[in-house]
Amino acid sequence: MRLYAAVAVSGFRRYATYRMATAAGVFTNTVFGFILAYTFTALWAERPRLGGYDQAQALTFVWVSQALLATAALLGGGFETELQERIRTGDIAIDLYRPADLQLWWLSADLGRAAFQLLGRGVVPLAAGALCFQLDLPAAPLRWLSFLLAVFMGLLVSFALRYLVALCAFWLLDGSGVNVISMLLGVFCSGMLLPLTLFPGVFGEIVRMLPWASVLQVPLDVLLGRHTGWSLAGALAFQAGWAVALLGLGRLTQARATTKVVVQGG
Amino acid sequence: MVERWASGLRGYGLIVAMWIRATMVYRTSFIINTLGNFLVTGLDFVALLLMFSHIHALGGFGLPEIALLYGATCSSFGLADLLLGNADRIGQRVRDGSFDILLLRPVPVLAQAAADRFAPRRLGRIVQGLLVLGWGISRVDVNWTIGKALFTVVMVISGAAIFSAVFIAGAAFQFWAAEASEVSNSFTYGGCTLLQYPPTVFARELVRGVTFVVPLAFVNWLPALRLLGREDPLGLPGWVSCCGPLVAVAALTAAGLIWRAGLRSYRSTGS
Amino acid sequence: MREDQAAFIELHEVCKVFEVHRRTGLLRRERREVRAVDGLSFTVPRGEMVGYIGPNGAGKSTTVKMLTGILTPSSGRLRVAGIDPSRERTRLARRIGVVFGQRTTLWWDLPLGDSFALVRRMYRIPDARYHVNLERCVQLLDLGGLLEVPVRQLSLGQRMRGDIAAALLHDPDVLYLDEPTIGLDVVSKAKVREVLRKVNAEQGTTVLLTTHDLTDIEQLCKRVMVIDQGRLVYDGALAGLHAVGESERMLVVDLEREFPPIEDLPGARPVRVEGPRQWLAFPAGQSAAPLVAALAERYPLADLSVREPDIEQVIARMYGSAP
Repeated sequence: MRLYAAVAVSGFRRYATYRMATAAGVFTNTVFGFILAYTFTALWAERPRLGGYDQAQALTFVWVSQALLATAALLGGGFETELQERIRTGDIAIDLYRPADLQLWWLSADLGRAAFQLLGRGVVPLAAGALCFQLDLPAAPLRWLSFLLAVFMGLLVSFALRYLVALCAFWLLDGSGVNVISMLLGVFCSGMLLPLTLFPGVFGEIVRMLPWASVLQVPLDVLLGRHTGWSLAGALAFQAGWAVALLGLGRLTQARATTKVVVQGG
Repeated sequence: MVERWASGLRGYGLIVAMWIRATMVYRTSFIINTLGNFLVTGLDFVALLLMFSHIHALGGFGLPEIALLYGATCSSFGLADLLLGNADRIGQRVRDGSFDILLLRPVPVLAQAAADRFAPRRLGRIVQGLLVLGWGISRVDVNWTIGKALFTVVMVISGAAIFSAVFIAGAAFQFWAAEASEVSNSFTYGGCTLLQYPPTVFARELVRGVTFVVPLAFVNWLPALRLLGREDPLGLPGWVSCCGPLVAVAALTAAGLIWRAGLRSYRSTGS
Repeated sequence: MREDQAAFIELHEVCKVFEVHRRTGLLRRERREVRAVDGLSFTVPRGEMVGYIGPNGAGKSTTVKMLTGILTPSSGRLRVAGIDPSRERTRLARRIGVVFGQRTTLWWDLPLGDSFALVRRMYRIPDARYHVNLERCVQLLDLGGLLEVPVRQLSLGQRMRGDIAAALLHDPDVLYLDEPTIGLDVVSKAKVREVLRKVNAEQGTTVLLTTHDLTDIEQLCKRVMVIDQGRLVYDGALAGLHAVGESERMLVVDLEREFPPIEDLPGARPVRVEGPRQWLAFPAGQSAAPLVAALAERYPLADLSVREPDIEQVIARMYGSAP
């Protein structure tokens, strides 16, 4: 356990060294926040209470999702390219002989990264949004706590998805196609592009049940107070269910990949 | 001067041709990647369609009008991204030291930086943009004439030139701040996203900023408003909306000067 | 042409000053000037092969970067083949070849052969020349089976050979090599050295060689320049380095029986005693004969030998970091 804590800390530190890149990222998130905030303002001016949100809630949605963008690694930028590169070059064989669990190792590193980016790239854009727009941020500390819990669960799901994508490199020579599809689904089905409650009909029903919903949509709904009491428990259970299922699938895949490496010698 | 341009274009062509050949060796991969690019870049339009499943107008603009705006900016941006998008990697090159290699070759550095890793899959965005633009054109309430058609073509091309200037300036900025490549994303990708929506949606200061400071408004806003016969929110005189090509030339000149200053700074500091 | 005469590479009082920022507090920064190259002057005639050595951070790379036009000098005059590199970088580029040991000038994702083809077009190498040169490089550097392989899949030694070939295809007048043998196996090293020797002898290519491997210098260069803290501290024959480096030769004597350390011999001092064998150090510039004579007079000698100083030690001593 101490090993994984150390891995997480080094993941945090690694990203903390890039101060200029962090500042640049904050700037970009803020710029996009402004652009989307204006379009959402226009959209909610046409249809107040669209998707069950009032305007302040919609704007909160925009700014918090910009704040979580880097943390959730929806546009990539996490560990996956590095892992794919290790698989492609065969360095993964070294990792497999380490007395540490491969999945836990990368999960710890990714959580360390996410923790840094939540602070380094989350706080400033959200503060900028709160200064310039009327947001609906809760005052109750308990709400924030449950939000952070939901973010954490979302991170587990996000990691599990990206881990599966990265492992594809064991079987595919060129992983760029899978990466593109993964990014596509991540942006579209998480609520990053548009809150999932705006998706119409059965299509919307399905998208809201997919694992990507737990990365962004669920934490945001928790923050906006749409899940309380038993509904909150249900939302967290939804996330936990996907996390367990996908992490388990990751372990299975990893086991098959390992046999493949051992049999073929890398 | 003419010689430098010729040498730059020739070098650019050589490197691009090499990358196209290299890409076409893996044809399936190219097709999948182009399709992926088409889909990913089309997501923004899907978002617009989803919005319009709830509303009839955004900022006073209907879906066909917004499709025209969207298609124009995506086509322009796609062209600039295809031709110059890789200049973005300058910061990375400065950091890992491989930028020096470009300075050793008898081809202007900007041409090499822009052509390096030329990615034909970026055609996906252009095709997607042109399709939406075509749909928008067919649906908007405009009496199309040859003049207006020509005006549209000029709009897309000078838009591409303006985005190219932004790409070059963004790349040059990285000579001073090698790690800050994301800042240029704000102006390139951010600019493209901004221009997908009508100017009436945004605060007036923002519209002023992208008209007079970073002249993105000339990519599609001002010319498209003219095509659609609408007032622009800043109430500028009518001839301004025809200035796209002039603005593009001015922007490219300014970007070229920034690039030269950046390169000079790099060569005196080495980092 | 006049440039063919005395000085093909010419530096006169060249300086390169960098400003270094150091973070001293959360927001406070300290500005400091670093003189990477500090009043450097030397000339290299056409066709010479010169070793350019010095410790890390001495200013070697900065010098090479100024000679290629990558960096502009802060002051001083610099000419290569009569061209001012910083002002006419692209014109000079056609006449020089550069090899960085730690960094490839090839296109990482393209096959080696494609990289060569691109070099050919970029440098506008005439067809006949290109084919002759490519043929020669492929043969000398043993690249036959590698032309179809993407550069990123090449081993270090293969890549280095590819890099050297790419730098030679356009018949450069000057070749700068920065650590061309670093990390290579013995066979690759030998191959690289052979090629450099051939190119220098047959084409009359001027070569400036920066290396940490003194065997490179010993085998290739008659002349060595040593730079430290941005200044030239030695310029001359390799053998002469010893005198400048205040190096010492070693007289190893085997006496018939054990003696206390021999301290009464003028010009020599004992550095080690092991039973009847003693090591006496004396200045490299001094002859060993009078020492041996004096020694034989006073002690019963069984055997003796003179050891030349290790070149690495000489260099190390020059840099003031002798062990």
